[in-house]
Formats: sequence, C-alpha cells, structure tokens
Amino acid sequence: MTRHLSSKALIPKSQLARRGGLFVIVLSLAIAGRLTGWELSGYIAGEGRLFMQDPLYDGQDRHNASMAVQPQIYHRFSDSSSLTFTGFARADSADPHRTHLDLRELNYLYRQDEFEMRLGICKVFWGVTEFVHLVDIVNQTDLVEDIDGEEKLGQPMIQFTLPARWGRVDLIWMPYFRQRTFPGRSGRLRPALYVDPDVVIYESPEGRNRWDFVARYSRSLGSCDIGLYVFNGTDRQPLLFPTTNRNGQAVLGSFYQEITQLGLDAQYSSGNWLWKIEAIYKDGYFEGHSAATGGLEYTCVNLAGTRADLGLIVEYAYDELGDRTQTPYNHDLMFGLRFSPNDAASTYLLAGLIQDVKDTSRILIVEASRRLGSHWRMSLELWAFLDTDPGDSLYGLRNDDFARLEIAYCF
Amino acid sequence: MMSLAILTLSILPLLNTDATYRDPNQFGLAIATEVDRRSHGFGDLTADLTMILRNSRGQESRRRMRIQTLEVPDDGDRSLCVFIEPADIKDTALLTHTHRKTEDDQWLYLPALKRIKRISAANKSSSFVGSEFSYEDIAGQQLEKYTYRFLGQEVLDGNDCYVIERVPLDKRNSGYSRQKAWIDRSEYRIWKVEYFDRRGALLKTLCMRGYRLYNQRFWRPQIMEMVNHQTGKSTVLIWSEYRFGLGLKEDDLSTNALLRIK
Repeated sequence: MTRHLSSKALIPKSQLARRGGLFVIVLSLAIAGRLTGWELSGYIAGEGRLFMQDPLYDGQDRHNASMAVQPQIYHRFSDSSSLTFTGFARADSADPHRTHLDLRELNYLYRQDEFEMRLGICKVFWGVTEFVHLVDIVNQTDLVEDIDGEEKLGQPMIQFTLPARWGRVDLIWMPYFRQRTFPGRSGRLRPALYVDPDVVIYESPEGRNRWDFVARYSRSLGSCDIGLYVFNGTDRQPLLFPTTNRNGQAVLGSFYQEITQLGLDAQYSSGNWLWKIEAIYKDGYFEGHSAATGGLEYTCVNLAGTRADLGLIVEYAYDELGDRTQTPYNHDLMFGLRFSPNDAASTYLLAGLIQDVKDTSRILIVEASRRLGSHWRMSLELWAFLDTDPGDSLYGLRNDDFARLEIAYCF
Repeated sequence: MMSLAILTLSILPLLNTDATYRDPNQFGLAIATEVDRRSHGFGDLTADLTMILRNSRGQESRRRMRIQTLEVPDDGDRSLCVFIEPADIKDTALLTHTHRKTEDDQWLYLPALKRIKRISAANKSSSFVGSEFSYEDIAGQQLEKYTYRFLGQEVLDGNDCYVIERVPLDKRNSGYSRQKAWIDRSEYRIWKVEYFDRRGALLKTLCMRGYRLYNQRFWRPQIMEMVNHQTGKSTVLIWSEYRFGLGLKEDDLSTNALLRIK
C-alpha cells in the first residue's frame, strides 16, 4: 500500500516580517500601558551561552548572545469573558533560525457555568512527569529556544470545555499545524546535518492545513489525578531524514506522519510521595507502538532542621521501538534533585542525570535561579553530554556541553 | 428570635462552667469550637494580601496576592491564592482543598508552562513562599486536626482572654509540638498564638491587630505579624478588600479555575 505524500515548501521568514512583528509588539505595549483595565506583564531578558568544546561542524561558534522579550496583555471584559495576548521575540547573534518571533497566545475566553470556550492561539499542557513530556501533544515544541522541549509554539484552535462534577472534558479542534523549530546551520545543539525548515513532507494531502482533533477526559479523585485522551492529526514529532535541499546542500528534511494517539497520565500523592505515570499508544504511517514514562518523587521538608526542601526524583522512560525511535529517551533512567532553600529570593536548584541503560550515553543537567531585588531574575543552566554512544541520537551533540546565563527583567 | 436561641444554646456549654471548668480538655475544645463556629458560615470570601518579609538585618521584600476561600459543607475549605507580585511569579497560583478527615490536596499552577502540578501534602511545616508562615499556618486550622486544653485566663492588651493549647494530631507532618492561643472572651477572636517547635522550644509568635467586623458577623484582622524567635526574621500580612458572600462556586476553586487565571 502506498500512501500519498505531499511536499510543501515554506516561505522563509524575511527580515522585514521580523522587524514588523517587533514593531507590532512595541506598539501594543505602548497602547496597553495607556488603557485602563488592561494588564500588562512579561519580561525582557539577555542571554549568553558558552560552549565548552570546539564545534564539530562548519559555521558554528563557541558562544552566542541573545535578547528575548515576552510581553503579555490581559483584559477581563466581564466575569465571563477575557482576552489574552502573549508575544515572543528573540534576536540571536549566532543562529538566524534562533532569531524568531512567535504569537504564543492570542485568545478569547468565554465562560458559562456549564461550559467554557477558548478561541484563538492557545497553549495547553498535559502531563505529570519531570523529565520526558510524553503525553503533551497540543502545542508544537519550540526546540530552537531550549533543548529541554518545554518551550512551545502557539497553536491555533477552538477549545471547548465541559467542567462537570464527574470530570472535565476538553474538545479541541486545531485547523493549522506548526512545524517544530530546529537550530540552523550555524547553531549549536544540532545533528551533523542541520534541519532545513524548507524541506518538509506531510503525510496528509492537506499538509499543514489538516484539521487535528483531540478529546480528553480528566478528573481529580481524592489524592489521584488522571487524564485520558485520544488525538487524531499530524504528529508533532517529525521523522528526520537525510536529503539535499534546493541549493544542493546535504540537510535533514522533516516528515510529519498522521497519527491516532491514545494518551494516559496519572499521579497519586501520599504523604511525602508523589507517583507519576504517562503512557501513549501511537499508530500512523509507521508501525503502531507504545511508550511510557513514570516514576516517583519524594520530598524531604525542613531538611536537617533548616527551612530548605529537597525533592528526590527517579523516573524511567521506555519506548517500544527501542533504538529505532528518534527520541533520545527510549530506555533511559533519570535521577533528579530539586533543592529550594525557601528564601526570600525564591532560589531553586535542580540537578538531573539521564542515563541510557543500554549504552553509555548520559546527560547531566543543572538549573539554578534566584530573584534579584523585586524585578530581576537570574538563571544559570548547565548541560553536559557525556560518553555519548555513536548509536545514540544524541551523538551529534557530543561536543555541545554548554553553560547558559540569563538575566531577566520582569514587569 | 429563633437564631438568637440557637446562638445562646451553642454558647451555653461555655457559660455552664462548673462542669466544663473541671475538665480542661472539654473546655478547651468548647472554646475552639466556638472560635470555629464564629469564623465560619461565611460561605465564601475574597481578599487582597500583602506580605512583607523582613530578615534579621531589617531588609524587606514584598509579595502581593489575591485570596479566595470557599467553605465546603461537611468538608474543609477550598482556597486559591494567586500571586500578583513579585513580577517573576505573577499568576503563579496555589490551590488547596483542606479536608476534615483525610489528607489535604494541593496543586501549584505554573503560568509559563500552563502546567498544574500536584504537590505533596506533607509540606505542612514548610515555609510558604519564603515567609515565616508555614503552609499549616495559612491553610486554615481544621477543628478536628488538633486536641485542645484550657490553660487559664489572662488579660492581653486590655482584653479578657481565654488561653488554650492545641496539639496537632498529625505529629509526623506538623512542624509544632503545640500551640498556645489567646482568645478574647467577648467575641472569640484570636489575638496571639505562640508556636512551639518539635523539641518544645518557643519558635514563633503570631499577633493579630486591627480586627474589623464584616457583614455584622465576621471579625477579621487587618494585620497579622509572625516573628520567628530563633532566626530573628519576621513576616507581616496586611489584609484588605475583604468581601464576603460573592457567590463563588466549587468550580471557581478547582483545577479548572487555575487554567482560567490566564
């Protein structure tokens, strides 16, 4: 059986469009500042990244500097309706693909006792685990922002919610698909070939205009929270394949299959323990398979007589496809330490180790952050890719250990 | 007249002192029950809260938040706390469902990720956002979660007060071995609480000031000051914009409400 494949080329974002977008953000900020009843908040941040080793690929640098701004405007028309706008822009010194603009949110919420409706560009997160976000499917990952995959692109949708006593039902219609962002040719944290955003193949003949749907049921029952969904649409995770682009360069193209995915997330709390599990079953162009991640978190409060809290996290990620999957977390064990001294500056420290149990590859992650004064926040992040196995999908990042310092002004 | 009769009946055990005085535990419970009865029955309330944290060198930092509370019949209260300041945690929210019999439920909402995280219910003794108030101090004391003892009577700042002791039943998670509370005899308002750590040493003192009467029925303090005697740090809570009976529903204090914050 052959499936119809359609290819659609992207119009590259022009410099002009970027400047225009920035202008719109600045203008809306100025307007929002003058209107009463409109709440303006957000941050502007400067970031520096320093890579520990020499780059492996041509055109890459040892460091980069960038600026990002994320303004948010919120207005409540009445108890039953509100408008939210969140814009995002980053300008990066090294990678033109990281210089990007996104409408994270622009949506109208209408609410009655029996139902809620959100219309526009939204962000929806589902999931419970700390390391791998398996069930989260609505928004595309803005991977060029941060390799932890927690930054997301805005998703156009109509979300209909029934907040009933017997649980919550969400029905989401998504008429437009967003491609995953990847570092460009001159960016670090990429495979040997860079992902060319212009080489995209969709399984669906409608391409990015395919209608995606998801229906989810969720409920809190005593100490337990559960969520169950069924998704039908274009997979957010592309299959990357080596090819050549229009200019004859060797690049990676993206193939987006159509899938039906079942997702389950559950967590249970008892005393100092939190138990978490996420599982999916995905069927599409490629063979149907399941994947799961889960584990536990133990919190020691008032550590050694101080007011500090220490959380210990152990999780495991499993993918039935094993080494045939492109996700790096196919049979990996994760350990995490979350330390918060509960001080006035809201300091926190997170240390994580991800160990592949079938080969030597492991990742070491440290994140720390604290507030300075009442408006500033300083964050430091360290990533090290250690003993990366040539068969592991992280092999291309073996020389990309980095430190990232960010100083943000929040308003 | 009917409601007056009910009121009289319910205070009766307190006035009928001869029997109860002889049993300090029973009298202590009777006082605590009356405090609970008088401060509840409001249905729902919203208020703005400013929190000023002071360290031992006198350096200050501020937090502002909006609080909503809903009484749930035959269970505990539901409360939602949404941060306004500092800016980096704006719209972060904490939802607590206290229960009379079982473990409380608590969720944290992280607006940047739109993520709701259930947090361990064992954090009772942990500091609330770096302040001298712990989660158990702010989460409203459930009557059933302590045992009580009447200690005596004292005049505190010109008020005739009952002094009672309450001992948490949850010895594993509570940060205290006992608490001592001063409650005025006329309106059953708490004016002062002393908290003793697990080793029995005096840890903190909470003082209430500026009580005001709302809806002709509910007394609420404008200022609460918690001083930590062991670290020299203190936290002042300034309450404003108290509103009672706005008609909040259970859904307004559910995980659904967290997703509507923004």
